[in-house]
Amino acid sequence: MKTLQHFSKGIIKENPVLVLVLGTCPTLATSTSVLNALGMGAAATIVLFFSNILISALRKVIPDKVRIPCYIVLIAGLVTAVQMLVKAYAPDLDQALGIYLPLIVVNCIILGRAEMFASKNRVFDSALDALGMGVGFTLALFLMATIREVFGNGTFCGMEIPVLADNHISILTMAPGGFFVFGILIAAVNKFGKHKPRKKDFGCAGCPHSEVCGKGTCPSGKEAADK
Amino acid sequence: MTRFIIILLSAVFINNYVLSRFLGICPFLGVSKKLNSATGMSLAVIFVMLMATAVTWPIQNYLLTPYDLGYLQTIVFILVIAALVQLVEIVLKRFLPSLHRSLGVYLPLITTNCAVLGVTILNIDEGYTFWEAMVNSLGSGLGFFLAMVMFSGVRSTIEERNIPKSFRGLPVTLIAASITSLAFMGFGGVIENLFG
Repeated sequence: MKTLQHFSKGIIKENPVLVLVLGTCPTLATSTSVLNALGMGAAATIVLFFSNILISALRKVIPDKVRIPCYIVLIAGLVTAVQMLVKAYAPDLDQALGIYLPLIVVNCIILGRAEMFASKNRVFDSALDALGMGVGFTLALFLMATIREVFGNGTFCGMEIPVLADNHISILTMAPGGFFVFGILIAAVNKFGKHKPRKKDFGCAGCPHSEVCGKGTCPSGKEAADK
Repeated sequence: MTRFIIILLSAVFINNYVLSRFLGICPFLGVSKKLNSATGMSLAVIFVMLMATAVTWPIQNYLLTPYDLGYLQTIVFILVIAALVQLVEIVLKRFLPSLHRSLGVYLPLITTNCAVLGVTILNIDEGYTFWEAMVNSLGSGLGFFLAMVMFSGVRSTIEERNIPKSFRGLPVTLIAASITSLAFMGFGGVIENLFG
């Protein structure tokens, strides 16, 4: 039962985008159309899946002090592989995602899961965790992209929707709309979410701001405070 | 010369990294609460962006492209940025301790800042020459600085307001970012009109 939780928690309870608020850049940038969002979600999930497996398998080999550079190299290698596959088999997607495809390397979700989960857990659990988080990320992207594409462009996956196609609010597909829809979604999660987990309960080990936020509630925050 | 000015202005206003390209959102949301930290973070970003471009552009054009190693771009760039950030930190600590005190805490965060990796890759994708790439990095850094400083002002005003409970914290910040970004859209077309 507990094993299943590793998978399911990423989808709703600890949704990486809507609850933990990680990986905001690709979320905002690639959610202009449903197909892009799904492509981004799939690419990030594949990278996350393999990076979690590899890092978990190597967790006893990687020295603690240089773990972050090691993780980054591993992740960068996987991203390059995915990038080459996408370029070869889905050139349209490559065009649409553009710079955001190589930028999966610096996606906080992937480094965050490596640091928070894979470096402490068994390979199997880490793989499940990665799948759960990946599905959660993809679903959040899908939800945002659906709202933005249906109302902003009047289409869904490229198919025109009768009334909306003539009355679309095109600002939603532009930059301000991205921030707006994301804000509303997080507010909705705050309002209707039964659990209100705070970010600090999960530790902010993967959070790049832990040193500046200075609350010292998380391991890396404490590390920074000790320095 | 005109070309440099066009690149600089479009990087600052039109293709603003944070508000229209969605790069560097994490520090934008995370470190923009106070003006001091927003300034410190953005100065560190400008600095690292310039350094990173100065190193990665020659690597790409004199090493990766001639030897057909373009696929190593992502790995090489992220490693260069990570190493560079460490190096900058050590050098600052040794020679400019006062600057290190003000920028020091922000430097480690920059490795995982997508704006820095983004600018180095975009410089290559756009096919800029070395100096164009440097100007573009400067403009991108300045655009980041502008967005951060402006937004820290917006945020300090929001904090004092009475906001519906579920919108408190991040949601209202994002909505404010949306309005700021809307304001930046007004710059679209300015460059074409200025320089024909």
